[in-house]
Amino acid sequence: MTLEVFLQNLANGISLGSLYALIAIGYTMVYGILRLINFAHADLLMVAAYVSFYGIMVFALPWWLSFLIAIVFTALLGVSIEKIAYRPLRSAPRISVLISAIGVSFLLENLGIVAIGARPKSFPRPEEMVWNIKIGDVSFLSLTVIIPVVTMVLLVAVTYMVNKTKTGTAMRAVSRDFETASLMAIDVNKVVSTTFVVGSSLAAVGGIMWSLQYPQIDPLMGVFPGLKCFIAAVMGGIGSIPGAMLGGFILGMGEVFLVAFMPELSGYRDAFAFVILIFILLFKPTGILGENVVEKV
Amino acid sequence: MLRKKYFTIISLLLVAALVLAGCGGAEKQDAASDVIKIGVYEPLTGTNAAGGEMTVEGIKLANQLFPEVNGKKVELVVVDNKSEKQEAANAVERLVSKDKVNVIIGSYGSSLSMAGGPIAMDAGIPVIGCSPTNPAVTLGNDYYFRVCFIDPFQGTVMANYAVEKLGAKTAAIVQDVQQDYSVGLNNYFEKAFKQQTGNENAIVAKVNYNTGDKDFSSQLTTIKAKNPDVIFAPGNFLECGILVEKARELGITCPILGGDTWEAEEFLSRVKNTTGVYFSTHFDSTQPVTEMSKKFMDEYKKAYPEKQVNAFGALGFDAYILALDAIQKAGSADPKAIRDALANVKDFQGATGIITLDTNGDATKTAIIKKVADGKFAYEGKVDPK
Repeated sequence: MTLEVFLQNLANGISLGSLYALIAIGYTMVYGILRLINFAHADLLMVAAYVSFYGIMVFALPWWLSFLIAIVFTALLGVSIEKIAYRPLRSAPRISVLISAIGVSFLLENLGIVAIGARPKSFPRPEEMVWNIKIGDVSFLSLTVIIPVVTMVLLVAVTYMVNKTKTGTAMRAVSRDFETASLMAIDVNKVVSTTFVVGSSLAAVGGIMWSLQYPQIDPLMGVFPGLKCFIAAVMGGIGSIPGAMLGGFILGMGEVFLVAFMPELSGYRDAFAFVILIFILLFKPTGILGENVVEKV
Repeated sequence: MLRKKYFTIISLLLVAALVLAGCGGAEKQDAASDVIKIGVYEPLTGTNAAGGEMTVEGIKLANQLFPEVNGKKVELVVVDNKSEKQEAANAVERLVSKDKVNVIIGSYGSSLSMAGGPIAMDAGIPVIGCSPTNPAVTLGNDYYFRVCFIDPFQGTVMANYAVEKLGAKTAAIVQDVQQDYSVGLNNYFEKAFKQQTGNENAIVAKVNYNTGDKDFSSQLTTIKAKNPDVIFAPGNFLECGILVEKARELGITCPILGGDTWEAEEFLSRVKNTTGVYFSTHFDSTQPVTEMSKKFMDEYKKAYPEKQVNAFGALGFDAYILALDAIQKAGSADPKAIRDALANVKDFQGATGIITLDTNGDATKTAIIKKVADGKFAYEGKVDPK
């Protein structure tokens, strides 16, 4: 492998890895606070992509405004989903909420197919945001730089919020012990809603970035990144925000370099993701940066 | 007590439902003898949705133009196979056992057709494929026919084109390992390309991906390092659209070749700003071959004024009129008689050309080569079968 090819693959890996990381952070955050795997997260990506698509194409809004509307809309949708589908099941066994989440995911996908149609649409790429960069023989899209930056900024912001703000303290308290937190004058519902606002906004940003990188959107577009990023989150240690980031990068880099070193195996890259997951779970069941959470009986 | 009451109510409701269902069934049975049912199984959702939709448009158009045969009304039963093999098998099962169709049309996609084929054969219902080009679709299945050419021909056409017209000496292959269409077509291309160049090592790289993948950067980086004269990348229009666009972003400038699946708006919308994109297809609106081609084009423009006349619509149209022709020649709606009539199709005037079905049930027809130019698909040339 020549240096150019290596650098090109590095650029490809950063671009894919940071995209996985961005989406994985959303999964891990909701899980960390509510112990809920929000399967609808993947479909919120799709909703955000379509809202921005219609904003730009139909209402001819500037792209940044469309993206902003998409984020706000998705955040509101996330909060409503929590109110309608998860909150009534809060005292039910955890498996019920999980199934409810899968149900919401199917509902959103199929609503999308009915309302929008299954034919994929071409996502518009704003020229101000997407252009080609060429350094020597290595060429990549501006997104290869933009996405990691966005991911880092959001990672820092979320970490700061969870660790340093009052809301964050409340979130951590709720995550530790739901019942006791509510006895300590913490408005649990408000904390949960905030979590969903943040989580869904992360999904929205992820969806927009995903659509810019792979500009073809359809109602089932969330399924594939949803699954991969869930794996990334588990790999890094679900519940841990830096873990999600790390898991995303390992997965993205791993996939890209698997194909680079063994092109004939490129059809097995999805299997590869599962194999690393299995290995990590075998040797460190809580994920790379996960901690053993002792549940109180 | 309360429970007992509910039980009674539910039982009563169930009985009522059964009675009603029974009536409905009986009514349908009576009506069935007056109509001839043509089942259609096509992907209307999933990765191949656009291809299925275009095909169904052509079938529906043909149905509007020719709604009757042997004095009976033709009824279309369209089932979505969701671009999935299992669903395709289910769709055919439904058409033969529940809807009791006389003949089936479909499907877009070789894998989907191969999933449905054996079920139709077991039920003794003939099927006319519109655009599945893999040879295995009709092989060993006396009940499967098709109105399109097959991949050994298509792959050879593209290899010849690459060598003779584009002067290629080396090629790289990108294939979708989940699609029989992609893998099969690549094999024929590879064979013909090696033969044409006389070089056993003419294929410098071969990389794979899976249906639904969106990231091809590392595969293309591998190819870029090998610097081939052309890239052959047949596959679904969705993945290939992103793939071709990505290749250009990575600075790969050589011509990129594909197969008939590329003729879709979704593909064009991704690659319209690039050049050097060539593919083989079945039909071109600027080159009408038969009287039926002109009729099809005029009617298509009337029915779908906002859409481009395309090969898949034309193939769907042909499958329908060929089915009608067979029913007419058979003089009955008996599936076995229709099958025998189909097995003897010779010089049938379709919209996509003159169709003669060989012993396998495959059409031998002219291939059209198109390229992307000025943001549109443009006619580049045609190749007749030998």
